[in-house]
Amino acid sequence: MIAEIGQYVLIAALVLAAIQAVVPLWGAARGEAGLMAVGDRTAIAQAAALLIAFAALTHGFVTSDFSLQIVFQNSHSLKPMLYKVSGVWGNHEGSMLLWVLVLALFSAAVAVFGRNLPPTLKARVLSIQAMIGFAFIAFIIFTSNPFARLSPAPLDGTGLNPLLQDPGLAFHPPLLYLGYVGFSMAFSFAIAALIEGRVDAAWGRWVRPWTLAAWTFLTGGIALGSWWAYYELGWGGWWFWDPVENASFMPWLFGTALLHSSIVVEKRDALKSWTILLAILTFSMSLLGTFLVRSGVLTSVHAFATDPERGVFILAILAIAIGGALTLFAVRAPGMKGGGLFAPVSREGALVANNMLLTLAAATVLLGTLYPLILEALSGGESRVSVGPPFFNATFGPIMVPLVLLMALGPLMAWKRGNLRTASRKLVPAAIAALLAIGVTFLAVPDGPGLAPFAMGLAAWLGAGTIAEWGGRIKLFTSSPTVSLRRLSGQPRSASGMSLAHLGLAIMIVGITGSSAWRTELVTTLSPGQTVEGAGYAVTLESVTEGRGPNYSFERGALRIEENGEFVTTMFTERRFFPVANQTTTEAGIRTTLLSDLYGVIGERGRTPETANAWTVRFFVNPLVPWIWLGALVMVFGGLLSLSDRRHRVGAPRRAANAVPTTNKPPTQPMPAPAE
Amino acid sequence: MKRKHRRLLVVAVSLGLLGSAAALVLNAVEDSLVFFYTPSDLAERPAPPADLFRLGGLVEEGSVRTEGATTFFVVTDLNRTILASYTGVLPDLFREGQGVVAEGTIGADGRFTAREVLAKHDETYMPKEVADALRKSGQWREGEATQ
Repeated sequence: MIAEIGQYVLIAALVLAAIQAVVPLWGAARGEAGLMAVGDRTAIAQAAALLIAFAALTHGFVTSDFSLQIVFQNSHSLKPMLYKVSGVWGNHEGSMLLWVLVLALFSAAVAVFGRNLPPTLKARVLSIQAMIGFAFIAFIIFTSNPFARLSPAPLDGTGLNPLLQDPGLAFHPPLLYLGYVGFSMAFSFAIAALIEGRVDAAWGRWVRPWTLAAWTFLTGGIALGSWWAYYELGWGGWWFWDPVENASFMPWLFGTALLHSSIVVEKRDALKSWTILLAILTFSMSLLGTFLVRSGVLTSVHAFATDPERGVFILAILAIAIGGALTLFAVRAPGMKGGGLFAPVSREGALVANNMLLTLAAATVLLGTLYPLILEALSGGESRVSVGPPFFNATFGPIMVPLVLLMALGPLMAWKRGNLRTASRKLVPAAIAALLAIGVTFLAVPDGPGLAPFAMGLAAWLGAGTIAEWGGRIKLFTSSPTVSLRRLSGQPRSASGMSLAHLGLAIMIVGITGSSAWRTELVTTLSPGQTVEGAGYAVTLESVTEGRGPNYSFERGALRIEENGEFVTTMFTERRFFPVANQTTTEAGIRTTLLSDLYGVIGERGRTPETANAWTVRFFVNPLVPWIWLGALVMVFGGLLSLSDRRHRVGAPRRAANAVPTTNKPPTQPMPAPAE
Repeated sequence: MKRKHRRLLVVAVSLGLLGSAAALVLNAVEDSLVFFYTPSDLAERPAPPADLFRLGGLVEEGSVRTEGATTFFVVTDLNRTILASYTGVLPDLFREGQGVVAEGTIGADGRFTAREVLAKHDETYMPKEVADALRKSGQWREGEATQ
């Protein structure tokens, strides 16, 4: 019964989306306030309908209603409650429902909080959102109905994929979707602006908070996913340049570029058509990512069961959305006049360089991800290749170097016309820190990869440069502490947010360098009681015990770790066997300090009689790896801090009352404007 | 600097960046393309020794044995077979009778040494290449482990 309600409201949501896609757009074209206002109500109603549908599906999972096909396929009565709930989005149908729900919630947020938006812009934004929503709700209803029934109802389900039964992965998809789908806001604002034929500073100010929110969520989502891969897959790695990972990383790269270029639109009324294009591209990458993950056209290390027929539907949505948006852009963009002039050496110039490098990086990732598809299509299915990490390391890495070098410099530049000499003087501490880091790293690990000290230098450059810029803003050490403290409290939160986010990246570079340059690995077979030495440690398999969890049985290995004869820790690693899915998963034993992770897993028990009491043991020392997620956390915190800035409140900024064209408007900030 | 000059500068810098990126990509593509072979493909056009490639097929029933931390197994597309070995902890989804994709090199003795065995999230999943390979060798039964 409840599932039927879900089915019904899902169809209602489709109808509401159709109305919302047409009526406000028409109203905006004719200037009729009544028609435009329809969008607000349908947006809220659509979000409510989808919430009810989602709740109905959740009810099915929580009560283990196996007459629902996807509950039967993805749940089991013995599963812990957390995974019954996360099972809702741990499958194709449910995760698409979550996708449209997030989209509808964003639309409803515009309807509720966007009171200060000009009515025509708001109506058009809501229309575009509804068009996307309509396409994906139709996709759900026609190809992936979550409410399909089974008759007769089976007695029990087949269980959720055990790898997904993990707290980290339970929250990874919702966060990721809030980011992915959140970029639809920037897209809808861009299309609405193209229809209106008007982009100004106020527009930039409206787009920024949405982009920032989506970016923050996406950063958190990607970090959570890579953390999960690290401790759950048991390979000790955290990023594999896998198509599914790239699918979330490409929107992040474009989104980061968009975040920066929208600042230029807001502050300087320049780079307008470029920002519009970026907004279109960012969301296009979100759509492309959805397509890659959901269609299974690419063989991925992380591939889930997928269905090519569904891919065709998403491909059609993709073609219409991207094709339509780019056509509209081609028609309208030439009419947009660029605003504020700036010298190449200026804050704007630095942000343009940031955009070029980020776009280029995203393009190489896109190329590497799609290359196997292109080659297979060109060769008629004869040549099948995959593009592995070496490609991405050789292309993406070098592009990041100038980007990070510039990141320390950019915030020191003044708007409009910067002074390279003054800026470089402020970077002297950063240069010293970088040289120190290179030297110390080289002395500490002389036999590591030759590039590693330079990567550490890069991180120190960015970290010290960011702190120096921040210190300069609050006059740290150049003025009395009371003055500094007063200036600190007077700092706009968005400026502090930027400093934190940049600092987060510096921290992350340290982690990436450490874990990829100096990782050591030990693989061997041990019987309980045996010890092996390697990687600077003595590893003893103390015991292997058997036991039962809620829906699995396990073998738990106790690994005793000693360093130079001194006891370090005993870590526990499990191999869990889930009988319902007939599948085994690994829980790594990890001992983390700020400087490194000790990481141990046990593998299979030997198959022959002689080896029946021996287990494969894999032990890693991953130096500095916690810094990766620490950095991500700092970046997310920076995003949140910036988002809490009063000036970013949605709807707070007003367009100039009489709305004269605002080209060449002087910047709203005094010249050495606080960095954002 | 006039607007025209500035635009020229932007165009020049972008072209320069694009050019260097293209050079990076071309340089990297050569070394890092990993081709996919089935056991039958290898019989028709052998892969050069020491070249990294991906081998896909099914793990033959009853073929898995271990020596220390090294696992030996036979990869089959039900027409031809290749003996493969892997040292280390196999992914949890590695099992006899199931699809497998392994990345590694082939020795002069025709043995495949895997550097990495790709894990899949789902036991019902069949790598697309493996499904295609089985179709090609005429051993694919539609409706069986299709997802």
